[in-house]
Amino acid sequence: MSHEHGHHKETFITKYIFSIDHKMIAKQYLISGLLMGIVGVVLSLFFRMQIAWPEESFEIFKVFLGDNFAPDGVMRNDIYLALVTIHGTIMVFFVLTAGLSGTFSNLLIPLQIGARDMASGFMNMLSFWMFFVSCIIMISSLFIESGPASAGWTIYPPLSALPQAIPGSGLGMTLWLASMAIFIASSLMGSLNYVVTVINLRTKGMTMTRLPLTVWAFFVTAIIGIVSFPVLFSAALLLIFDRSFGTSFFLSDIFIQGEVLHYQGGSPVLFEHLFWFLGHPEVYIVLLPALGITSEIIATNSRKPIFGYRAMIASILAIAFLSTIVWGHHMFVSGMNPFLGSVFTFTTLLIAIPSAVKAFNYITTLWKGNLQLNPAMLFSIGLVSTFITGGLTGIILGDSTLDINVHDTYFVVAHFHLVMGISALYGFFAGVYHWFPKMFGRMMNKNLGYVHFWVTAVCAYGVFFPMHFIGMAGLPRRYYTNSAFPLFDELADVNVLITIFAIVGAAFQIVFFWNFFYSIFYGKKATQNPWKSNTLEWTTPVEHLHGNWPGEIPEVHRWPYDYSKPGHDDDFVPQVVPMKEGEEVLHH
Amino acid sequence: MTSFLVFTVLVLIGIAVWQLTKIFDLTQIGSASADSEIANDKDNSVNGYLMFAFVGFIYVFTIYSLYAWSDLVLGTPASEHGTDYDNLMGISMALIFFVQTFTQFLLHYFAFKYRGKEGQKALYFADNNKLEAIWTIIPVIVLAGLIMYGLYTWNNIMFVDEEDKQDAIVIELYAKQFGWEARYAGEDKTLGKANVRLIEGINTLGVDLADPAAQDDKVVTELHLPVGKKVIFKMRSQDVLHSAYMPHFRAQMNCVPGMITQFSFTPTVTTADMRTDAAIVTKVDKINKIRTKNSAKIVAEGGAALDPYTFDYLLLCNKICGSSHYNMQMKIVVDTPEEFKTWLSDKPTLAQQWKEANAPKPVETAVAPAVDSTKVVAQVIK
Repeated sequence: MSHEHGHHKETFITKYIFSIDHKMIAKQYLISGLLMGIVGVVLSLFFRMQIAWPEESFEIFKVFLGDNFAPDGVMRNDIYLALVTIHGTIMVFFVLTAGLSGTFSNLLIPLQIGARDMASGFMNMLSFWMFFVSCIIMISSLFIESGPASAGWTIYPPLSALPQAIPGSGLGMTLWLASMAIFIASSLMGSLNYVVTVINLRTKGMTMTRLPLTVWAFFVTAIIGIVSFPVLFSAALLLIFDRSFGTSFFLSDIFIQGEVLHYQGGSPVLFEHLFWFLGHPEVYIVLLPALGITSEIIATNSRKPIFGYRAMIASILAIAFLSTIVWGHHMFVSGMNPFLGSVFTFTTLLIAIPSAVKAFNYITTLWKGNLQLNPAMLFSIGLVSTFITGGLTGIILGDSTLDINVHDTYFVVAHFHLVMGISALYGFFAGVYHWFPKMFGRMMNKNLGYVHFWVTAVCAYGVFFPMHFIGMAGLPRRYYTNSAFPLFDELADVNVLITIFAIVGAAFQIVFFWNFFYSIFYGKKATQNPWKSNTLEWTTPVEHLHGNWPGEIPEVHRWPYDYSKPGHDDDFVPQVVPMKEGEEVLHH
Repeated sequence: MTSFLVFTVLVLIGIAVWQLTKIFDLTQIGSASADSEIANDKDNSVNGYLMFAFVGFIYVFTIYSLYAWSDLVLGTPASEHGTDYDNLMGISMALIFFVQTFTQFLLHYFAFKYRGKEGQKALYFADNNKLEAIWTIIPVIVLAGLIMYGLYTWNNIMFVDEEDKQDAIVIELYAKQFGWEARYAGEDKTLGKANVRLIEGINTLGVDLADPAAQDDKVVTELHLPVGKKVIFKMRSQDVLHSAYMPHFRAQMNCVPGMITQFSFTPTVTTADMRTDAAIVTKVDKINKIRTKNSAKIVAEGGAALDPYTFDYLLLCNKICGSSHYNMQMKIVVDTPEEFKTWLSDKPTLAQQWKEANAPKPVETAVAPAVDSTKVVAQVIK
């Protein structure tokens, strides 16, 4: 198997570029994800500036958007929509799906279950490089004359199908679809690999109920991905058919620019169903890994077992199951039968139950702990905070009745950014701070980490909390400017405030990037187990070996959460430590 | 100028980071492992206090938001179901508010209270079925209540009784990039058949003029509704998805090409009455103050002054539909039944308009309305 490759002579290309080592692939995902993140965030700053100071001329637009997209430094209205679209696509898929899952599933699954590598190293490499190609295609769409895809990240046809409807639906949309098709293939290869690895390659003693919650989260996430991503693939494929080969899957009875088109019998609502059959599970594909990371970090840094380990697994499974039968809550006012709306309201609000269990379990884990407030721990606590704030408004949006008037307003923008955007980003940051020593053999600067967290935490609330109010004032999302409605004049100040918080918050991410790249080369040398953690990855040497452990793979004797267990001198008992004579298992 | 501002901001941020790290550095003096990147007691203490301060920040920010922005929300509902909607919203909001206040406090307070100290021993507390049961069952009960109340309201809003239909008026809302039209079904309460393939000249909705039901249909560009009467809207779109959003009536439904969607409500407050509603009067005053200020600035730069704002109900597009999505609107006027009757009877039927437009003599009038509507859009975009 793969550890035999360790004896081969490694060249620069096999070690750093076409590597099949899961740790290197994780780093490749991390760095690509972070770079995509910069693009995604900068785009959002551009359109936030347009919302706060509508149709003003900015030097920075002249430089970055150019004369075509921003004549005289004023952003074009269809380019505004293009930026919104690409921001959403990049953040959801490229940063929080590939960047987050790709990095930590790859890094942690083999290390935490005691495997030498992924089940298929080659497929893993292929998965990364296909992701990389999809990144290049998506970014390249920013540079074409007609502009990138502009139909929103949900690319509802007919808008996304007809270049007559918006310029971005020409070549830009073609590139979007090509990029996403490749992305989905990459994601599926990754997910299959994760599932197979977790099922087959666990070391001796590593039963399913001794898996760290990180691995549980990655495992279940991969399953959701396998179930739902192919549906998006087929939706994309049918859309390509409609666009290029004249079929009518999603189009019917269209009159545009003085011309009747030939389409007949299709339905955009069908596309909505297919899209959200992935689109909603996608929220959990983004969020579950972040919650898994948080579970691990909160337990380690509280020096306490995670509270309700089995309840946590049960709630992950419940969320995963429910996530596949709630997609219709995005479509309450789409024109589908209202009875269907009732069903989706019911299933949607049920998700609040496992989510509440998770939130309370985190809080209980903190109770009577000995909290080590490392940057990773702060981001994990921050995640729980935004998960609660953002999750609670889900009770309003998941209720079909209440959705009628806040659907597609800024209330929705506030909700999903807090509950999945910010929460998942916090999980991402927490993971980077926590496993940086494992990835790079060095430590990140903690003081810069603290500055990073506190400014980000304040700005995240500053950006998204006020959006609830402008949403309840009836302000629709995806409006280039609100000046067409005198009714919204009183919201202008709030929008300026939001944009200022966004700019400051984004600027302080420079602190993180500086800390990250500086520490790779000049950070303090890490010790083998800096956080005094129980899990297996900290039994590997600091220097990376292909095959992870120099000798035999260690055997596992206990669950990963024996922190501060009575009868032990240390406040942690790694999974590799055998049970003492007469030692009891104190958890269920 | 912008580049200078950007530069200044970057410098200031640099200084801020430097100062903040210095503060954190200062807290390290005297601690044993000052050079470690792992949190020590001082870090735990500082960040623990900051955690406690952060829940304070959340509370203060929430209170400030409620104080400063709660008058931004829509205010008095103008439809029959709007009151039920607002009640349900109020209950849900109160619940959320309570849970948010309580759980955020616990989370941040524990983060502060149990901040790490040398020699402090954490409690080995792995699970407790009673606690798990409590925070499973309480949400179940609360959600069961919310679901039932929600679905009861939903059914009332979405399903139209046959009885109500007898008494209702039927209006088609027709969406296209980037404007709205409305078609009144007339006395027979039946809209004539229509299809985009029949769009021609002034028949911009593609109504089948041979259909007997279409003979009394009237097409307008300003929506008038009679107060106290059920209105059944039938939505259509001719090009891409749109959404007919009427926030003051708590009403929204997508317009889907190739399909007819439906929403209905009963307006309860006339436009004239709503203009005297206390909250609306305050809102309009506030907006007009802002507009006067903005107007002064625009005039100083040589532009035309802004019109003062008077309250009107609006129909907005709320589904991304193209470049001018942000300006796809139609005015809604709620009249007394008498006013409504006069207004509607003054309007010609589409069949009449068609006959006049296609009368042998004045050819140019046939194209005029079509050209006109695009012109309006173009002007508005500018």
